Amino acid sequence: MQTSYALSGGGPIHEQIPLSTASATLASLQQPILRTRGVRVAIGHGQDRLVILDSMDIDVKPGEFLCIVGPSGCGKTTLLRLFAGLLLPTEGTVLFDGRPITGPARERAMVFQDYARALLPWRTVWANVALPYEREHVPHRERRDRAYALLERMGLKDFGDYYPGQLSGGMQQRVQIARCLAQEPRILLMDEPFGALDALTRQALQDEITRLAAERETTVVFITHDLEEAIYLGDRVIALGTKPGRIVATVDVRLVRPRHQLSTREDSQFLAHRHHLFGLLVGH
Amino acid sequence: MSRWLRALAIPVAVVTAWELWAQIFGIPYETLSHPSAIVVSGWTALWDGTILTATLQTFSGALLGLFIGVMIGVVLGIPLGLFPAADAVVGPSLDALRPIPAVALLPLALLIFGFGVRMEALIVAIGCLWPVLLVTITAVRNIDARLLEIGRLLELPGSVRILRIVLPATGGRIFVGIRIAAGISLALAITVEIALNPNGLGYAMVLASQGLDPALLWAELLWVGIIGWAFNRLLLGAERRWLPATIGAVHA
Repeated sequence: MQTSYALSGGGPIHEQIPLSTASATLASLQQPILRTRGVRVAIGHGQDRLVILDSMDIDVKPGEFLCIVGPSGCGKTTLLRLFAGLLLPTEGTVLFDGRPITGPARERAMVFQDYARALLPWRTVWANVALPYEREHVPHRERRDRAYALLERMGLKDFGDYYPGQLSGGMQQRVQIARCLAQEPRILLMDEPFGALDALTRQALQDEITRLAAERETTVVFITHDLEEAIYLGDRVIALGTKPGRIVATVDVRLVRPRHQLSTREDSQFLAHRHHLFGLLVGH
Repeated sequence: MSRWLRALAIPVAVVTAWELWAQIFGIPYETLSHPSAIVVSGWTALWDGTILTATLQTFSGALLGLFIGVMIGVVLGIPLGLFPAADAVVGPSLDALRPIPAVALLPLALLIFGFGVRMEALIVAIGCLWPVLLVTITAVRNIDARLLEIGRLLELPGSVRILRIVLPATGGRIFVGIRIAAGISLALAITVEIALNPNGLGYAMVLASQGLDPALLWAELLWVGIIGWAFNRLLLGAERRWLPATIGAVHA
């Protein structure tokens, strides 16, 4: 049974609204940029058939920061690969901007967790950022300038001529984000992007990505297994359960923005969300 | 410096012992010769141009064949590595053809091209094709899937993906195949010349042998060793110069 929880200011008041009603209200307000209906992903046949994701009905609003949490094996990466177009559903539809997704497209950028594998080690940092320009007939000079502008935005302008292997993990992840920005996406799909980073770097990048998304009005779908990260970043958190991967709960996070690493995480609403989601994920 | 001295110890000792033995006890003149006679013979052949002409002929066959073999190997290997479906169709046929030794095609090559550099290049190309093709297929198949996904996510055209992602990611390994093929190219070119083609160093050695001139034969043999060594060094230098850091780097 899918439930939707909404929390408003003043305390942890759980209002249980069936999702169908909630999404009908949302749809009337704003056309979703990303929509899945009855999506099911399964592999294998007969006895070996394994359902990875089942009955996924998700709407993502333009400009929304949606976080998806779940234990390992719940299919969250699979879900993101569906959004990217790297994988097509066994059943159901995935619509981007009202059109079915048939394959990857530049308007949907993907940030991978393992930044080291996602960068081309033989290209300098700026040439990695400029990779999306390879299909356009842009002069060398301009590619370089555009790449450096993005590197400056990510605080890496002094590292453009280094190779990715010479940079720290956090810096490499910034390079990957810069390359995704270079493709000028309408939606950023992030697959546990900060999972492999140390706590301080992770917090810095959390605030960075929030600012970037707001600045560019980019929609973000952010996958994580870290509950607190999901609540801290998201406008909304979807919790997935396992066997098969399915939606367990949807929580609207109405914490004020800009958020702060200390005060937001100490906010009573933040804690209430955390208790609620923790119970859902661990209780299963 | 001492490294060179140590490396030269054995050759110098062998040549000295050989020369002394020949001077004191004498040697069968029709198979062996004096090292001094070999040097004189080689020096003469070098200066009258016969060895250089023969070297040029051998290398034109070897390099032309190597070039063709490498090109076909890489161009065929990339799609076969990228698309398992293509490999499933083409692979078995290639596996069936591969056991045929390149030199076994000599009579056929002679029928097609007659004597000359084209026939030699054909045999060399077939011999060089296999190592390059196999190494390319394996290297491309083992590219990190993530790198290919990035090419798809950025909707890069196929040519850009191959030039900027596939080739730089596999260049180092393909070059190993090319170096193996380079060794094969020289060996096959000389084999063809000894067996059939009246050209180049192989044929020169046949002539020296038939003319009962062991000094010249030994000189030519030494020369083949020297150019083979130089050829390999040249390729190693090229590899260090161009791979893997700069292939695909943006300079244009």
